[in-house]
Amino acid sequence: MTTSTPELRLRRRLRLSLRDEKVKGLIWQVVVVGIAVAVVAWLWSNAIHNLSVRRISTGFAFLGREAGMPIVDTWLPYSPKDTYLRAFLVGIVNTLRVAAIGVVLATVLGTMIGIARLSSNWLLSRLAAAYVEVLRDIPLLLQLLFWYVLMQGFPGARAAWNPVDGVFLSNRGLVLPSIPIEAGQLWVLATAALGLMAFYLLRRHSIARQMQDGRPRHVWPYALTLVIVIPALVSWSLGVSWTVTMPELHGFNFAGGWTLSPEYFALLIALVTYTSAFIAEIVRSGIQAVPRGQWDAAVGLGLRRSFVLRHIVLPQALRVIIPPMTSQYLNLTKNSSLAVAIGYQDIVSIANTTLNQTGQAIEAIALIMLVFLTISLGISLFMNWYNARIALVER
Amino acid sequence: MATATDAPQGPRSFPSRSNRGAGGRALRWLRANLFSSISSSLITLFLILLLGKMLISFAQWGIWDAVWSVPGNNTGACRAVRGFGACWAVIPEKFRFIIFGTYPYDEQWRPAAATLIFIALFYLSSRRKLWRRELVFVWAGALILIAFLMWGGIFGLSYVSQDRWGGLPVTLILATFGLAFGFPLGVFVALGRRSKLPAIRSLCVLYVELIRGVPLISLLFMASVMFPLFMPDGFNVDKLLRAQIAIVLYAGAYLAEVIRGGLQAVARGQNEAADALGLSYWQKNRLIVLPQAIRHVIPPLVNTFIAFFKDTSLVLIIGIFDLLTTAKTAIIDPAWQSFGIEVYVFVALIYFAFCFAMSRYSRHLEAQGR
Repeated sequence: MTTSTPELRLRRRLRLSLRDEKVKGLIWQVVVVGIAVAVVAWLWSNAIHNLSVRRISTGFAFLGREAGMPIVDTWLPYSPKDTYLRAFLVGIVNTLRVAAIGVVLATVLGTMIGIARLSSNWLLSRLAAAYVEVLRDIPLLLQLLFWYVLMQGFPGARAAWNPVDGVFLSNRGLVLPSIPIEAGQLWVLATAALGLMAFYLLRRHSIARQMQDGRPRHVWPYALTLVIVIPALVSWSLGVSWTVTMPELHGFNFAGGWTLSPEYFALLIALVTYTSAFIAEIVRSGIQAVPRGQWDAAVGLGLRRSFVLRHIVLPQALRVIIPPMTSQYLNLTKNSSLAVAIGYQDIVSIANTTLNQTGQAIEAIALIMLVFLTISLGISLFMNWYNARIALVER
Repeated sequence: MATATDAPQGPRSFPSRSNRGAGGRALRWLRANLFSSISSSLITLFLILLLGKMLISFAQWGIWDAVWSVPGNNTGACRAVRGFGACWAVIPEKFRFIIFGTYPYDEQWRPAAATLIFIALFYLSSRRKLWRRELVFVWAGALILIAFLMWGGIFGLSYVSQDRWGGLPVTLILATFGLAFGFPLGVFVALGRRSKLPAIRSLCVLYVELIRGVPLISLLFMASVMFPLFMPDGFNVDKLLRAQIAIVLYAGAYLAEVIRGGLQAVARGQNEAADALGLSYWQKNRLIVLPQAIRHVIPPLVNTFIAFFKDTSLVLIIGIFDLLTTAKTAIIDPAWQSFGIEVYVFVALIYFAFCFAMSRYSRHLEAQGR
């Protein structure tokens, strides 16, 4: 038999030796995973024991109970008689609304400051650098508390600061004129959205045609028709009126208009200014990463400066910018959880209240983590998709 | 090749024509950097106006109309200027509380000494000449000395329990111990994430992604609310220590990612050469790979340190008395309630001083590495 040759026997003995890489690896893995499992099991058994001693039932049954907590600033209809589940949903919407608007504003502001840092105007670039340095080196929570205290120090509604007609800034927050959205307006907006989508497809098509025959095509008349003229016609034929409601002072508060609560406003300002400082640095280094030769070559071809920026420099800079930008968006979203410090009722704040009311610590914290992991995953997936789209296509 | 086409970057210098002397040079500089075109001139003028207006109103608020001291707790003078003048009187009044929290008043030289030791430790660690093995012992010694100063209980120092610690020393403790323990954790996790063993790799990935996917607050909540549930009966861990554990776990995950970047930058040949010499896995990493990997990522590491230093302020939410919490508590006092801005500006300056020094240092290192 071949199995009994001395060579093979030697090998088999080696395979079981502690010096063999595979055996060593296996032992390491078993030991580390074993320790991890043992620690988790130990913690879990402690938790089960402690919960039974404290008579706290585990599970998510409490979500169906009446929450009884007031939520001031909400977009979803909500009353304290609603369930905990509903309260959590309100919290998630509150988190998303500060994160989504924050991401957009921070990107705009950050890009402007990043470009300003590269300006040939010495004063402008120095001011932009100072902005970045100061905001980056102070903790966000401190900035948030600062904005909130500043806002509380504003005069009351009666003496509100009124820079433009219909805009009031007071310790009740920021009040803006609004347009009430009803069924008619929704139809018009839907038409405009459809028009936008149709225009996008059309533009793709015309770019594809241009790739074939090299003739540029004007698409803006279509854009005008699809996005503005048709919705306007719909609006006119349905007889929709676009009246702007101006906020008015009634007693000690405002009626009408669109109110951003002081908590929301402070949180938004803090998140946007803080994150924009980081985004500015990303944008600056992204633009600087584009070799100078690209500019020189494009200018040498006689292209306009704005054209060079839009079609040559930015597409290359974006490749460098997108990955770190993703992590800034994630940071902004996670940082929105600081809302709990000033009493804006986001998901963390509502989970915290729930935790105090019901004692369901594990479930409440698990829900916070679940929500943030889902949001993080969503942003990552979207940005990865976008990154793949703009990535360099090599032959 | 230095030819005429190699235009210098940044402010452009024109060949000297009629301009002689400092005045001419200044004029040329102004023209090149502030008034190079019509739009640039407009921007400059606008910014000068804006800056001037802001500086004047800030000076009015912070200097001319400000109240620098008041008799005792009588804040009448401050109330009189409310809305247009700062009340800096709150700072000397609350200074000791903001910096040292509720640490016994007569013993406050001890946290002060601990703070100085921290700063000296940071300074020593920043000197490239002193990056040697002995530095580890210096760190261990300094941290033990700080613990001894803060707790006391021997050599005639009275015992001060950590419930009474507060202010700047607590911020420095949370940040420094977080890094001192988070760093080795990060090194192990980074190595684990690059390991060939699938079980260890996936454990490390799970840990890093889980921690990085959730906000620090949820970890702190876990430490303050959930941690006691997971411990056996009668086993009680102090609140500060629990927060410290959360910060170490958090720091470990972020540092692991930075260090992993450094590991990836080490040339493959280094690994292979170490293997060829017959070094074991640990010998290879300790002697060959890690020293190079960490050297690669020192600037991003310093940036991560800055982020942690700022993030320690989040312990405010679970009620630990760090620098920001003492500031917030100082203005609960009814007499001083409405002077939060002044206190926050003061504390912001302290945070800024630390972070700015670190970020300057990081930039200096980056410039050296180039």
